[in-house]
Amino acid sequence: MAEIGTEATPRARRRAAAVNEGGNPGGGWRDHLGSLAFLAPGAIFLLAITVYPLVATARNSFYDATATNYVGLGNYQEIFSTSSILVTFRNNVIWVLVFPFLVTFIGLVYGVLSERIRWSTAFKTIIFMPIVFSATASALVWRTIFDLDPHIGIVNAAIQTASDWVSPPGLYPVDTSSGQTVAGLAATGVSSAPKDSLESSSTVTAGNSIELGLIGVSPATLQLTGSQTAVVPTQSPGAVTGLVWRDFSPTNPTAKGQVLPDELGFAGLKLTLLRSDGSSAGTAVTDAHGDFLFGGVGSGDYKVQIDPGNFSSGFTGVFWLGAQSLTPTSSLNQTAQALLSVPLVDISMILAYLWIWAGFAMVVIGAGLASLDREVLEAARLDGAGEWQTFRRMTMPMLAPVLIVVIVTMLINVLKIFDIILNMAPGSSQGEANTLALAMYNFGFTGLGNWGLASALAVILFILVIPAIVLNLRRIRG
Amino acid sequence: MSAVSPATKPVSPPTKPVTLERRSLLGAIRPSRAILNIVLVASAVFWLVPTIGLAIISLRPESLFQQSGWWTALTAPAQLTLSNYQTLFSQGLVTGGVLDSLITSLEITVPATLLVTIISSLTAYSLVFGRWPGRSVVFLVIVGLLVVPIQVALIPVVQEYRAFGSLTGFNPFGTIPGVVIFHVAFGLPFGIFLMYNFYSGIPKEMLEAGRIDGAGEWQLFRRVALPLGLPAAASLMIFQFIWVWNDLLVALIFLGSNPHYTLTIFLFNQTRTLAANYWIISTGAMISIFIPLIVFFSFQRYFVRGVLAGAVK
Repeated sequence: MAEIGTEATPRARRRAAAVNEGGNPGGGWRDHLGSLAFLAPGAIFLLAITVYPLVATARNSFYDATATNYVGLGNYQEIFSTSSILVTFRNNVIWVLVFPFLVTFIGLVYGVLSERIRWSTAFKTIIFMPIVFSATASALVWRTIFDLDPHIGIVNAAIQTASDWVSPPGLYPVDTSSGQTVAGLAATGVSSAPKDSLESSSTVTAGNSIELGLIGVSPATLQLTGSQTAVVPTQSPGAVTGLVWRDFSPTNPTAKGQVLPDELGFAGLKLTLLRSDGSSAGTAVTDAHGDFLFGGVGSGDYKVQIDPGNFSSGFTGVFWLGAQSLTPTSSLNQTAQALLSVPLVDISMILAYLWIWAGFAMVVIGAGLASLDREVLEAARLDGAGEWQTFRRMTMPMLAPVLIVVIVTMLINVLKIFDIILNMAPGSSQGEANTLALAMYNFGFTGLGNWGLASALAVILFILVIPAIVLNLRRIRG
Repeated sequence: MSAVSPATKPVSPPTKPVTLERRSLLGAIRPSRAILNIVLVASAVFWLVPTIGLAIISLRPESLFQQSGWWTALTAPAQLTLSNYQTLFSQGLVTGGVLDSLITSLEITVPATLLVTIISSLTAYSLVFGRWPGRSVVFLVIVGLLVVPIQVALIPVVQEYRAFGSLTGFNPFGTIPGVVIFHVAFGLPFGIFLMYNFYSGIPKEMLEAGRIDGAGEWQLFRRVALPLGLPAAASLMIFQFIWVWNDLLVALIFLGSNPHYTLTIFLFNQTRTLAANYWIISTGAMISIFIPLIVFFSFQRYFVRGVLAGAVK
């Protein structure tokens, strides 16, 4: 994998040859017919499919949707005044600012570190391999990796495992994302309390019992926790007893507030006995019939709290491919939002793209490292420079041109980014993830089609790569 | 340091393999070997996860997809089955099926690759060994075309195809030749660039001797340039093959509503259906990366050279 940087002998040779030829050899065109015949096929292809279309696109960008009527700068005006198109500029800026530098950094780290291990060929092959996959296939893979459902997406599954370990979900999870609330469970003798807990509406004293009715929990959940028929609690001296039950009878749905024979208790609920000052006087867990008992209770008024942990749904997944902004822009107007928000899906796609291209950066930088003058580095070492110092003061400056090549290549690459967006961003966030190249495709080739606008977008894309063209030309002529 | 400029770098056999030099002189922190290995093993595992995940999803029944993560198969390998592949392949050559797409992809990729390699070699030969005036300007134009986005050509080429159709009766739009022509044109700048750099390293005397002996240009090309340029041509072919094989945009536009489409379009269509079938998507994706993987592992060296030379595209 050592390629870049063999000293420029062919160039020197070419220069010398050019001098020998001494400009135009005499004889006119007829002498060159043979050579020109070799040139012809390539020239025809390039002129017809690349050079002429470039001019035609510039022309089309000043014409209307069907490329028939002249509209002046109309298409450009539309582009810069439509916030859904301005979004594409913002996304291209995000990609251009983040991706080339990140991928070059990772390539540099891997390039340097992999030189020091015995299995460097295997390592390089593993990192490099994704480059041969189509962006389409890669996007589909990463779409699954970032899936919202922790049963499908490994990222959310990993977070869920960690989160469940720290704070396990309750037996009766309340799905807040679908609009359910803990307060909505309260039915009889229960009212909502702070921090998503429930509390008995009335107070109770030792020797008495209390009945707490809940609704909105499915029979399936109750079956899962082993809940059985609710049993009316018996009173016990010196203790607060009670029942938490599902106050809903399938045979008598309108009867509320009384314990009926076909109603179920809540098994395994964690409860706390609260003094009137709110401090805890003991805890209890309901049995299979929903009954509980707080023993050794002193005098005074108490309330029974159903702990919030019972209803905690735990971690249910982050929508990594969603359009939610990482920057606070909700208070801004539409145009400012389009220009300033950073949708989460962009970051997820950048990670997927890093997976594809880090190997490229690593290999090009690795080749650059291999071509460095080892004697110079060794000399620095002998003069007493430390490893880090040698790297910073010698390796990095000598490597700079290679790093620039990688950065520029990746910059051009992400300016034209298309496949990964089209295939990875789900429909709901596709608009927020849109880029220039994708917008060009959408305007030009989907729906009714607006060739004028699409051409204007292509022209803008071309203008953006002109600096890279100039850079390439200067490098060649250098 | 202009040595890194791709233009000055001929594709030549590596003189000093990177791995030969065990002890690195490259500086940087010297972490303990154990930490270094742990970090790199973790990175390698991280890089393998998506591919392994895709492979496992394609090997599990669709019914398990929603129930449990693919990683559960790591401890329960009994879940794995080839039934998804059997189902897809047993459909045979049905239009729009995975086998049909595989063949369409090959029908586009093979000619596009061969044409780019041949035409690039011819053009580069003319630019390097010809003596017509203006060669350097033409080469500069080609270098300029290297990074031109294909987006600037899409609409006019569709228009050209239509015009060609009304003129000759054959409209390449919606046909495989239409896709191939576009791929060839946009593969040429890089191909010519790569072959140009390689041919520049061939001593001109070798051809001059032939010329003096009265050999024609075609003979010189076939007997001298073509054989000597084989390593570069191999790099170009592999690079171009993978490039065209993985393309979505060009095929999407120039195949139009052709019922036979490429594997990338097959996958794209699958994600667009309301009830996305993950068994089809994952199995199709595995099939689509299978051929580039074979090419990659068989010709890794040539591919890497192509990539290094193309660090501008």
